[in-house]
Amino acid sequence: MSAILGWFAGIGERTRGAIARLGFASRFFVAVVKASGSTFTRPRLLIRELYHAGVLSLVIVLMSGLFVGMVLALQGYETLVRFGATEAMGVLVALSLVRELGPVVAGLLFASRAGSAITAEIGLMKTTEQLAAMEVMAVNPIARVVAPRFWAGVISLPFLAALFSTLGIYGGYLVAVKLIGIDGGAFWGQMQAAVDWRYDVMNGVIKSVVFAFAVSLIAVLEGYDATPTAEGVSAATTRTVVTSALAILAIDFVLTVFMFRGSVNG
Amino acid sequence: MSKRIDKILVMSSSPTPDGVAQSENAGDGSPMIELSDVAFGYTKARQILSGVTLSVPKGKLVAVMGGSGCGKTTILRLLCGQHAATSGRVKVSGKNIDEMSRDELFSHRRRLGMLFQFGALFTDMTVFENVAFPIREHTDLPEPVLHDLVLMKLNAVGLRGAAHLKPSELSGGMARRVALARTIALDPELVLYDEPFAGLDPISLSIVGQLIRKLNDALGMTSILVTHDIMESLKIVDYIYFIADGKVVAHGDVQTIRQSSDPFVKQFVNGEPDGPVRFHYPAKPLADAFSAGRV
Repeated sequence: MSAILGWFAGIGERTRGAIARLGFASRFFVAVVKASGSTFTRPRLLIRELYHAGVLSLVIVLMSGLFVGMVLALQGYETLVRFGATEAMGVLVALSLVRELGPVVAGLLFASRAGSAITAEIGLMKTTEQLAAMEVMAVNPIARVVAPRFWAGVISLPFLAALFSTLGIYGGYLVAVKLIGIDGGAFWGQMQAAVDWRYDVMNGVIKSVVFAFAVSLIAVLEGYDATPTAEGVSAATTRTVVTSALAILAIDFVLTVFMFRGSVNG
Repeated sequence: MSKRIDKILVMSSSPTPDGVAQSENAGDGSPMIELSDVAFGYTKARQILSGVTLSVPKGKLVAVMGGSGCGKTTILRLLCGQHAATSGRVKVSGKNIDEMSRDELFSHRRRLGMLFQFGALFTDMTVFENVAFPIREHTDLPEPVLHDLVLMKLNAVGLRGAAHLKPSELSGGMARRVALARTIALDPELVLYDEPFAGLDPISLSIVGQLIRKLNDALGMTSILVTHDIMESLKIVDYIYFIADGKVVAHGDVQTIRQSSDPFVKQFVNGEPDGPVRFHYPAKPLADAFSAGRV
C-alpha cells in the first residue's frame, strides 16, 4: 500500500516540479525582456552574440540544408516516378522544406550547436563567479549577459531556417535536374505555381520565430540556473539540447494543426 | 578623483622588505561596517552564522579568520547584499542593507569592490577590458581618459605590460592582481577580499598582501580581508576577528592576537592540530562505523 502511495506521491512531486519550472521560466522570460533595453542601445553586445550564435552556425546549417534537399529529391523521385509525376519534384522539395524541415531541422541544429554553447558559457560564468562579480559591481547579469544572447538567438534562427530551406531547394535542384535529368523548367515552374507566399512561406517563418524564442529561452535559462559545478554545467547543457528538441517537435505539431488544418480537412 | 589617481601613480609596485603594517589612513574612527547579532542560514536546519557582532572603523584593514565553512565568506555576501540576514542588523555607513531598496542596493554596490577567491575575471575579455569593465558600465568617460585610467590601475598592481593578455594566459598570482586592479577601478570606499592569498606562491602572496595594505592606505579605503593565512595577515592588517561555529570567538589588534592565551587563537596562530577546532566532521566513533559495515 505504501509503495502505491509512494508512486502517486512521486508523480505528484514531479508534476509540481514541472509546473514550478514552467512558472520560473515565465518569470525569467519577463525579467529578460524587461532587462533588454541595453541590448539594443549598445549594439556591440548584440553583434558579438549574433556572430557566435548565428554566423558560427552557418556551416552546419547550410551543409545540412544542402544534403537534406538532395536526399529529399532522391527519395521523392522514387515515389513520384511510380505515378508519372516527377515534374512535381520542385513542389515536393520546396513545400517539405519551407513548411516543415527548414524550421524544424534548423531549430534542432541551432539548439545543438548554439543553444548548448550558450548554456555552457553562461553556466561556466556562474561556476567561476563571473556573474556574481557583475552583481557586486552593480551590473545586472541578466541585462549584460543573458539578454544579448537571448535576442541573438531569436534573430539568428529565422534567418538560419530560411538559409536552410534555400540551400535545401538548391540541393534538390542539383539532384533532380542535374543528376536525374528532370526538366528544369518544370521543376521551377511547378514550384512557383504551387508554393503560396503567405500560406506556406510565412507560416514557415512564423514557426521558426516561435522555435527561436523557445530554444533561446531554454538555452539562457538552463545556463543561468545551472548548478555551479562541472557536473551541473554538463547536465544543464544536455537538458538544453533535449528540452529544446522536445519543445520544437511539440510546438511544431501544435502550430501545424492550426496553420495547415485546412489542407487536412480538404 | 584626480588626487586619488595621483596617489596610485606615486605608489611603488614593489613591496617593502619587512612588510609590516603601517596604517597611515586612520580615518575618523567612526564605524564603516557594523554587524549586530547577525544570524544567517541557507536552511533552518543548517545555520551558518548565529549572533555575529563586529565593527570595522573607516580606513582600517580588518581580517576575518576562521576554519573552512565557518561563515567568513557569508559575511562578505551579507555586506554586498547578495544574501539577507535571517536576524540582526548589517549596516554599512550607517545604512541597514536589508532595508535598502533595489536602487539603493545598486548604489551601495557601486561604492564597494570585492575581490573573489579565484579572481572571477571575465574570460572572454583581455586584462585591459576586464579592468575597464566597471568604468565603462558606470561612467561616460571618453575613451582616451578611460584608457589612461585603466593603465594607471594596472600600473598600480604592476601589470601594465600584461594589458593585452587574456585571463587564460595569466598565472594565479597575476590573475589575482588583475582582479585587484578591477576591484579598485572605481575607487571604492569599501573593499572586500575573499581569500586573496589562496593558492599563491610565497612571492605572489607577499606582493598581493602588500598591495592590499598600500591600496587601502593610498586610496583611503576600508577593507575586510577574509583569509586563512594568519602569518601574512598579521603583517598587514590593523585588527583581526576570529569566527568559529558561526560566532566571533576572539578579536583584537595584531599585538593582542600575537600575545593571546585564548586556546582558539593559539591553535589558529600556531597551526596546532589539537585544540577547540575539530579536525573531523561530527560522526559516530570509528569502531561503530566499521562494525556497521559502512563509513
